[in-house]
Amino acid sequence: MLRALLLTLSVVAIAHAELCKPDAQNAFKVRISIKTALGDNAYAWDANEEYLFKAMVAFAMRRYSSKSTTQISNVLLCNVTDRVSFWFVVTDSSKNVTTVPGSEVEAAIRMNRNRINNAFLLSDKTLQFLKITSTLSPPVEPSTPVWLIVFGVVLCLIVAGIVFLIVSGIQKHKKKNKDSTERENLEEKVEVTLENGIPCEALDLKPGHINGVFAADDERFTSL
Amino acid sequence: LSAAPEIPKEDGRPKWDNKFQYILSCIGFAVGLGNVWRFPYLCQIHGGGAFLIPYFIALLFEGIPLLHLELALGQYLRKGSIGAWNTISPYLGGVGVGSWMVSVLVSLYYNTVLTWVMWYFINSFQEPLPWSVCPLNENRTGFNDECYESTAVNYFWYRKTLNITPDIAESGKLQWWLILCLAACWLIVYLCTIRGIETTGKAIYVTAIFPYLVLTIFLIQGLTLPGATEGLIYLFTPNLNTLKNPRVWLDAATQIFFSLSLAFGGLIAFASYNPTKNDCEKDAVTVAIVNSMTSLYASIPVFSVLGFKATTAYWDCLDRNIISIINEFDLPEESIMRQNYTSWISFLNSSYPEKIAGLKLKSCDLQEFLDQSVSGTGLAFIVFTQAIILMPGSQAWAILFFIMLFSLGLSSMFGNIEGVFTPLLELQIIPKSAPKELLSGIICLISFLIALSFTLGSGSYWIDIFDRYAGSVPLLVVAFFEVIGVVYIYKIKRFSKDVEWMTGRKLNLYWQITWRFISPLLLLIVFMAFVTLQMQKPPSYTAWNPKYEGFPMKEEKVYPPWVQAICVLLAALPCVWVPLVALFHLVKQKRKSKDPNFVPPEVFSCQGAN
Repeated sequence: MLRALLLTLSVVAIAHAELCKPDAQNAFKVRISIKTALGDNAYAWDANEEYLFKAMVAFAMRRYSSKSTTQISNVLLCNVTDRVSFWFVVTDSSKNVTTVPGSEVEAAIRMNRNRINNAFLLSDKTLQFLKITSTLSPPVEPSTPVWLIVFGVVLCLIVAGIVFLIVSGIQKHKKKNKDSTERENLEEKVEVTLENGIPCEALDLKPGHINGVFAADDERFTSL
Repeated sequence: LSAAPEIPKEDGRPKWDNKFQYILSCIGFAVGLGNVWRFPYLCQIHGGGAFLIPYFIALLFEGIPLLHLELALGQYLRKGSIGAWNTISPYLGGVGVGSWMVSVLVSLYYNTVLTWVMWYFINSFQEPLPWSVCPLNENRTGFNDECYESTAVNYFWYRKTLNITPDIAESGKLQWWLILCLAACWLIVYLCTIRGIETTGKAIYVTAIFPYLVLTIFLIQGLTLPGATEGLIYLFTPNLNTLKNPRVWLDAATQIFFSLSLAFGGLIAFASYNPTKNDCEKDAVTVAIVNSMTSLYASIPVFSVLGFKATTAYWDCLDRNIISIINEFDLPEESIMRQNYTSWISFLNSSYPEKIAGLKLKSCDLQEFLDQSVSGTGLAFIVFTQAIILMPGSQAWAILFFIMLFSLGLSSMFGNIEGVFTPLLELQIIPKSAPKELLSGIICLISFLIALSFTLGSGSYWIDIFDRYAGSVPLLVVAFFEVIGVVYIYKIKRFSKDVEWMTGRKLNLYWQITWRFISPLLLLIVFMAFVTLQMQKPPSYTAWNPKYEGFPMKEEKVYPPWVQAICVLLAALPCVWVPLVALFHLVKQKRKSKDPNFVPPEVFSCQGAN
């Protein structure tokens, strides 16, 4: 009885060893960088974490294929290093000693990547499945690019400034013209009254009027 | 003939609100983008602190004398460049036209550089900064190829900003976003120069002082960054051996010359709005010293940031190697740190040499990263933007940095535009009754339309050409003829008396010697050396070509013959006016002297300073 049990266990162990080894078919390498992600809050990678990992992979397989046949015991981990990195395969209990095709595992992991990451408080970069590329999140694009909005604000300010300066220039010009015409009128009046230093009222400019200033001197000159 | 003119109290010429505005305008004109992105680079490649020796010698014997000459000339003759040189002697009128033409050519391309600065500024309001991440490719499995192979910063500059073509002969199409920014820039220039110095005088308070504030902020921030000290030590460690290389002296002389914005006519225009009894000697010395001090002051934050960037790149290099090693050997995390990296590497190399070789680790050398020196647009738009991403609060730093660059460039644009505007105003291109706003509007509109050609795909190649050929050799020629013209044609004795009348002191021996002999000689030597150096290598440029095998290195290409012809034209066009105008007047003179009824007029018109 005991011998039979030992035999089955060793067969299973060997089978497991056959299924899960580095670069085995349908096996994936996982690399985890806990200290990089969490720094001082880093947890240690131990058997419990491995259990959680197996559970998450089983969960992913269940969600993907929606048949609840994948058990935690179907997920095999091997070659755990200090890095922390290890290989894993998912076995198929329905067919003896075979592994689920890699493409299915890949699709399942991809579908549930976010949940797996969050379970370990890690991200795509710190919990790496080496053969599974992650789809990059699309960049957030606002409907109007931000720069156009800023540009609009700047342009409005500039145009407002120019309009203000031009209008104030025109107003100043008009005021200067008005002032200068007023001044001209004023000067004309002043000029008119001060021509030649003699007030014009004194000079009576009507023709034919004898100028008394010179008329008086006529007698001094001898007549020709 | 040289009777002191009556001080025209109200000759209707605009004047500065106060002396400070004038000094600030001259400083703003002189202090420009070159102080930030050319001087630190020259300091670095020419032996650090040792470069200051030829720099200050050039300042003393070339910069300050020429600056004083221009300011004194403008202040005494009270005219812009064309009018002033026509007054000195009609034969020298070509010098004025030459400097006017250079101002036009430089204004065209300089504002396009400001367009790029504005584009980066309006893009700095996003989180994350658009030059920090690569865009995804079409099927979203990875990043855009061009971006991935170079860097996100390079991609944003060459593709998203310039949309550069791989060859200068391919023009590409007009980039609409650059057209928008160009229009905004020219509108800003119009806003500030709309009524000449009346408006620039107000704007200069902001645009000239603001950069100093930002430089101080960057200085404080820069000094706190890790790696800043390495950068500064690298910059300032003097290596006196470099002084044996004549190239260093040439670079110092050209840097001083172009940095002070001499021979543009802008300084003459600024000085012409001064009252005549103003101490131009003190002004010249002040402006020159402030310009040089600003260059030094600016190089400190620039090099702190560059040191920080080099250190971060070095750490990244180390970290990448460490990750590769840890992954390959499945060692626990944080077993190899930066400090014990070298000991681990030597240990692993001795035990597993093939594995290590298979990893293809990059050799990380801090000196190598520090040696990657860049100047010009590369410094601002590639290197500095990369450093800004690494700083906390990068949006704020980016916004500050680009506003600073914009202010620096804008205050220099004021000088350029003034050099174009004042002579046109005096030549009365538009009727006197028309407002000044119309002339400045016409200048800005025409310049905008011509500058649209710089927004093509090949635009940045053309800007390099303009910078190398239109903004270099003609200035040296014009400056040379300026000195010769004043000293030997107008006669130094007469000029000394004029300056003495203005400043109230006799001209000191230093000015006499430098104006008569040292400065013209220096200019001649610099001109010959400069031209010889340019002609030694065939005119070539580096193109950004994603299809090049060596990508992301730039491809070295030679200019096609038609482009070379344009280069020669750009360099020759401003210079050719000097002999042309002299010849024209000579011929006119000869023809008039053949006429027997002719009474030869005085060659030196004595209606000089009216």
